[in-house]
Amino acid sequence: MVGNANFSRLLLITGLWFTSTLFAGPQIQSWQTTNGAGVLFVEAPEIPMVDVRIVFDAGSARDRDKPGVTSFTNSLLSEGAGEWSAQEIAERLEHVGAQLEVGSLRDMAWVSARTLTKLDALSVTLETMTKILAEPRFDPEEIERERQSILASLLQDEQSPGSVGKKRLYELVFGDHPYAADPEGTRQSVKSITRDDIIETHKRLYVAGNAQVAIVGAIDRKQAKAIAEQLTASLPAGEAVPPLPEVAPLQQAVTERIPFPSSQSHLYLGQPGMRRGDPDYFTLYVGNHILGGSGLVSLLSDEVREKRGLSYSVYSYFLPMRQPGMFQLGLQTKNDQADEALRVLTDTLERFIKEGPTEAELKAAKQNITGGFPLRIASNSKIIQYLSVIGFYDLPLDYLDQFVGKVEAVTRDQIRDAFKRRIDPERLVTIQVGRFSEPLAQTDSKGN
Amino acid sequence: MRSVMIGLLLMLGLCQVQAEVVEHQLDNGMKVIIKSDRRAPIAVSQVWYKVGSSYEHGGITGVSHVLEHMMFKGTENLEPGEFSRIIAANGGDENAFTGRDYTAYFQTMSSDRLEVSFRLEADRMRNLKLLQKEFLKEVEVVKEERRMRTEDKPTSLTYEQFLAGAYEASPYRIPVIGWMADLDALEMADLQAWYRMWYAPNNATLVVVGDVEPDHVIKLAEQYFAPLKPEQIARPKPRTEPVQKGIKRFTVKAPARQPYLILGYKTPVIGKADAPWEPYALEMLAYVLDGGSSARLTNHLIRGSKLAASADASYNAFSRLSGMLTMDAVPTPGKSVEKIETALLEEIERFKTELVSEKEMERVRNQIIAAKVFEKDSVFYQAMLIGQLETIGLDWRLADEYVDHLKQVTPEQIREVAQKYLVENNLSVAVLEPLPMENKKTVKAAAGGRHGG
Repeated sequence: MVGNANFSRLLLITGLWFTSTLFAGPQIQSWQTTNGAGVLFVEAPEIPMVDVRIVFDAGSARDRDKPGVTSFTNSLLSEGAGEWSAQEIAERLEHVGAQLEVGSLRDMAWVSARTLTKLDALSVTLETMTKILAEPRFDPEEIERERQSILASLLQDEQSPGSVGKKRLYELVFGDHPYAADPEGTRQSVKSITRDDIIETHKRLYVAGNAQVAIVGAIDRKQAKAIAEQLTASLPAGEAVPPLPEVAPLQQAVTERIPFPSSQSHLYLGQPGMRRGDPDYFTLYVGNHILGGSGLVSLLSDEVREKRGLSYSVYSYFLPMRQPGMFQLGLQTKNDQADEALRVLTDTLERFIKEGPTEAELKAAKQNITGGFPLRIASNSKIIQYLSVIGFYDLPLDYLDQFVGKVEAVTRDQIRDAFKRRIDPERLVTIQVGRFSEPLAQTDSKGN
Repeated sequence: MRSVMIGLLLMLGLCQVQAEVVEHQLDNGMKVIIKSDRRAPIAVSQVWYKVGSSYEHGGITGVSHVLEHMMFKGTENLEPGEFSRIIAANGGDENAFTGRDYTAYFQTMSSDRLEVSFRLEADRMRNLKLLQKEFLKEVEVVKEERRMRTEDKPTSLTYEQFLAGAYEASPYRIPVIGWMADLDALEMADLQAWYRMWYAPNNATLVVVGDVEPDHVIKLAEQYFAPLKPEQIARPKPRTEPVQKGIKRFTVKAPARQPYLILGYKTPVIGKADAPWEPYALEMLAYVLDGGSSARLTNHLIRGSKLAASADASYNAFSRLSGMLTMDAVPTPGKSVEKIETALLEEIERFKTELVSEKEMERVRNQIIAAKVFEKDSVFYQAMLIGQLETIGLDWRLADEYVDHLKQVTPEQIREVAQKYLVENNLSVAVLEPLPMENKKTVKAAAGGRHGG
């Protein structure tokens, strides 16, 4: 990585530490392909390999009335394209040692590959990726096989208390918004998806105007340009999809207890959080780092795990998305401790919202985040993730260069103020999945 | 477009990083291995101890892992939790992990913070202060970890029972996290004894990979680790697994939605095989079965017969004691476990009668050559490879020779190891039989209910 190499050289020459130029991110180059896809590129000459990732605004938020159709479509891309069967595609790539990944979540769907820069490896990988993107076959036989595979995965989720709880949390927090649905859909919806639905989804979403390309590797700008052109050339220009609907705030608290034959109760608390590029982004990020985002040294971990031994894992996080994504807290504890653990969790959150962090807590968090900045961009796989996020969410190209400065600028008052405005402990969704004896009083709740 | 690209891409591949590895031994017996990787201004530092669940005996299973947790709970010089707070304040990323053959601790930080890591690791290597109060809480945390990872996960539960049943004498039958009853009965004295037995410089390897000057690292290692006193370290007993005399079958009944199947054949590892090439032939065989989505399990069972929703094969040539080549699968909804078992056994039989094609051999070779390049993207992974090999008693150079060893394997050798080891007398099979999940009604409450009623 060019940026990183500069970093270490500067450090040797000057011996200075907290000069802001030392916290520069990698040098990002950006342009558009002929048919309108955005491209971000970082030259990383040290290892003879290239990572290529193309991201579409084609996650489950674009499912419309067929939950699971975008995920279904994405997973079929590599299962037959042009003249090649699924097996032939896999053989072509693996024969040159390339690694292909397709995947999708709520906002994004992507196809990515890692390959050697060796001539045959790179050209075979790009040729295959190009065909996968533009000419997937969607053979009826592959559709049926993939359908069974998704159904199997949904059945696996049903035997996991964590998956059951998390899915219900999203339904209750996001209500009518497309973020409410699980990206894989439901068993019922997956059974009803037709080949026409899949073809329509591909045609609608896999277009250059809806795509972002990220490239990191041992090639120069000219080569990166050629790669981006090749990948997108066979895609219709198309246009970006319309904006997603707004996420409505929760009107009241909702608690649900879901019986499950497990020795632990899984607790999930949630509320709509923040979006990418949110004006409160860095304030909430640093604040949450202190609350529950910094592993063993977070406040939640200290109260729940270190002081009381109640749970192995306890956390809070914001998942920033196109529209405000989830603000989530969670833990798992043996069933008869669930009430106590829930009390500690909510008490800690309420206290944090009321009082904010101490000066010492804020200082420690800043030291951790800024001191750890070089770790964030220390590998090609980490850099390409950042490129995808920056490109997909239209973040400024100097997002990484600004990162440390923005973190340093956050104050205690800002954190207290932002948490007060953004998180309402009186209107949380709470899910418990596990065994419990005393039933709660049954009342109406939102979203059912 | 393609012809243009070819012209452009011929220039590539000129700037490989040549990593240098430096070895150094301290007078107290501690080994230091340093690999310079100057791509980013960071370094990972890992301390590996030769102890893990395969060193344990009945009654104290899980003690290595609980001790790993307690290593964050204070020393003569640090308060409980202070270790983690210091690392965090230095921008570090830290954790630890316990396996069958090792317990390892790591910090990834800006490379100029290496000294912080050495100072703290040296301190807890000899000065751990085990406190009863902290132990009582932490062992509960570990039990929660066990509930989360094993008790409430039917496939993990099946795997645990499979290992416990397949092995007779080998300590690989012991779950790394320990049996729940042993965790219940674990005492401070057990931890104290375990710490005294295994935590010493002459039972440890320090691995550093990153933007470092080897001479400087050696100087720091001398400064912090050399003063530590060595211990008399007992060599673990061989506990060799007796020859299996027939197929073994196990059933696990647990609430689940889908059945699950595991098969395993007892196989040797490097250093324990009749011929040194055998473990590499088994590695190749496992790649032919499951080295990607063009490999046989996906091609035949998932795409071809469509019997399996997922199917995996796994074999590890690099462990302290001999283990198993295993396969596991989840049937496609509506298909039976019996059919998948038959299909998996047919895949194994095929290796005994048919030579693996040159095309498949070449595919695997190209994959591992590429993977060897890709692994340079992670300093952590590079350090893992070195630490793991050293800790199981092998030379770290084996990681670099791995590709060459696999390249030399012939289709005839794969057939030979299949005929020799993948036989019914060596086989264990475990099946998860789903019990119905409870289907009580969900309980809802609105405002005010969130404190648990």
